[in-house]
Amino acid sequence: MLLISCPNCGSRDETEFHYGGQAHVAYPENPNELNDREWAEFLFYRDNTKGAFAERWLHSTGCRQWFNMLRDTVTYEIQAVYAMGTPRPAAAPPAAESGTASTAPDSTTTGTAGPSIAATSTATGTASPSTTAPEGATK
Amino acid sequence: MADLLPEHPDFLWRNPEPKSSYDAVIVGGGGHGLATAYFLAKNHGMTNIAVLEKGWLAGGNMARNTTIIRSNYLWDESAAIYEHALKLWEILPEELEYDFLFSQRGVMNLAHTLGDVRESMRRVGANKLNGVDAEWLDPKQVKELCPILNINDNIRYPVMGATYQPRAGIAKHDHVAWAFARKCDELGVDIIQNCEVTGFLKDGNRVVGVKTNQGTINTEKVGLCAAGHSSVLAEMAGFRLPIQSHPLQALVSELHEPVHPTVVMSNHVHVYVSQAHKGELVMGAGVDSYNGYGQRGSFHVIEHQMAAAVELFPIFARAHVLRTWGGIVDTTLDASPIVGITPVENMFVNCGWGTGGFKGTPAAGLTFAHTIATGTPHHLNKPFALERFETGALIDEHGAAAVAH
Repeated sequence: MLLISCPNCGSRDETEFHYGGQAHVAYPENPNELNDREWAEFLFYRDNTKGAFAERWLHSTGCRQWFNMLRDTVTYEIQAVYAMGTPRPAAAPPAAESGTASTAPDSTTTGTAGPSIAATSTATGTASPSTTAPEGATK
Repeated sequence: MADLLPEHPDFLWRNPEPKSSYDAVIVGGGGHGLATAYFLAKNHGMTNIAVLEKGWLAGGNMARNTTIIRSNYLWDESAAIYEHALKLWEILPEELEYDFLFSQRGVMNLAHTLGDVRESMRRVGANKLNGVDAEWLDPKQVKELCPILNINDNIRYPVMGATYQPRAGIAKHDHVAWAFARKCDELGVDIIQNCEVTGFLKDGNRVVGVKTNQGTINTEKVGLCAAGHSSVLAEMAGFRLPIQSHPLQALVSELHEPVHPTVVMSNHVHVYVSQAHKGELVMGAGVDSYNGYGQRGSFHVIEHQMAAAVELFPIFARAHVLRTWGGIVDTTLDASPIVGITPVENMFVNCGWGTGGFKGTPAAGLTFAHTIATGTPHHLNKPFALERFETGALIDEHGAAAVAH
């Protein structure tokens, strides 16, 4: 069970969340100009990284907001939680096997603060994660 | 059931040092890799080949699956390849001279909703048209075939019927791998364990060799059979695959007297159960939702699966979970495999079997060997080419795959 730090609600069990796959996949800017190969890339091809992976999660039984997370797909260590629409933070160096528990920064245990961004994020407060739509669906 | 298992075998294959070059190299020494090497040697006379395995032989998904074999898939393309696999399973013990206890005890796929019932009946019809044995059972017939199943109306998802394939069943997965490995070895194939591929040598867009932790091996052809790690290898070779790797968990109970005469799968409540020859109850779940290479998943998936199992089989309430484990399954968005050529010349890929690769082992080996040897797909794997994601000719088997993902 992952322990995930929702930016709005604080640490909650993985069972409260839905997985949204790879983050930062933008809808094509000029869809009419895409050929079949490029459409295939957009529709069916996603990174399948072994290591630090930027992915989207939805806190479906809590605040019902989407957010991004940087997680190691081998150790399952959560390295950063950051708002939709903000750039991916730098990946931490690969950690040793350390179990499935989350070690993500947890600065929102009261659950009352507004969008709280992990320390590693480069967000400057311009993003509004509570209204940002998912950037595309993978499943 | 409770059959006497074969004696633990003697060493069945050599452990040679890798040669400096081979006619073909198969990456991945699981069931699919070994079956591919076997058919390359047997059907195509390619015996100067090697199977490279980064760990120990058949220690990945081949050791972690729930050993279910069936062919009741919906679409013509799938029915053709899985039914061919089933027919091979029926003759392989004799051909490989190794009784790996293929037990055709039948497989039931339960229906719990009206939608399930309609989809299942449609699939039975499609199976019959494709020459796959299939029948629809009402709850009473389900109970007759598997008396320990709870068909009462008072559970959350009552059993409304099931599809049944009598020729389906289970086999001893490790013995299957050993059977293929021994025959490969007899035919001259080098099986090289603890040999991890770290890169590929290319001449332009043509692969000419494999870099490993045991040195560089030159080869004319490379076949990838690495399941959950296919994307990692493809990235090394310079192309992408439409694959997502997820943890998939399974578990066994302690040994019990034979109580479960068949195999029961439920797509809707996410559990599938059989009883192994020795007596363990073997159960699998749905995939963990997130991408993962950790060969383990989250415990709530096991809890969910146990809840479903106990509701369907009240007799299991006092059984104990003895051991749980996870494998890494390579899922595609249409729940069908990818077997064919790649954008890199002389490199071929067999992956995307996802949650159901074990049953496909013989057909994967047969068709992939044909593809590698001739450079063109066998008629059975032609529809499963990588290009289907561009043409849109997807083969959607989410209904028949039976494991939610």
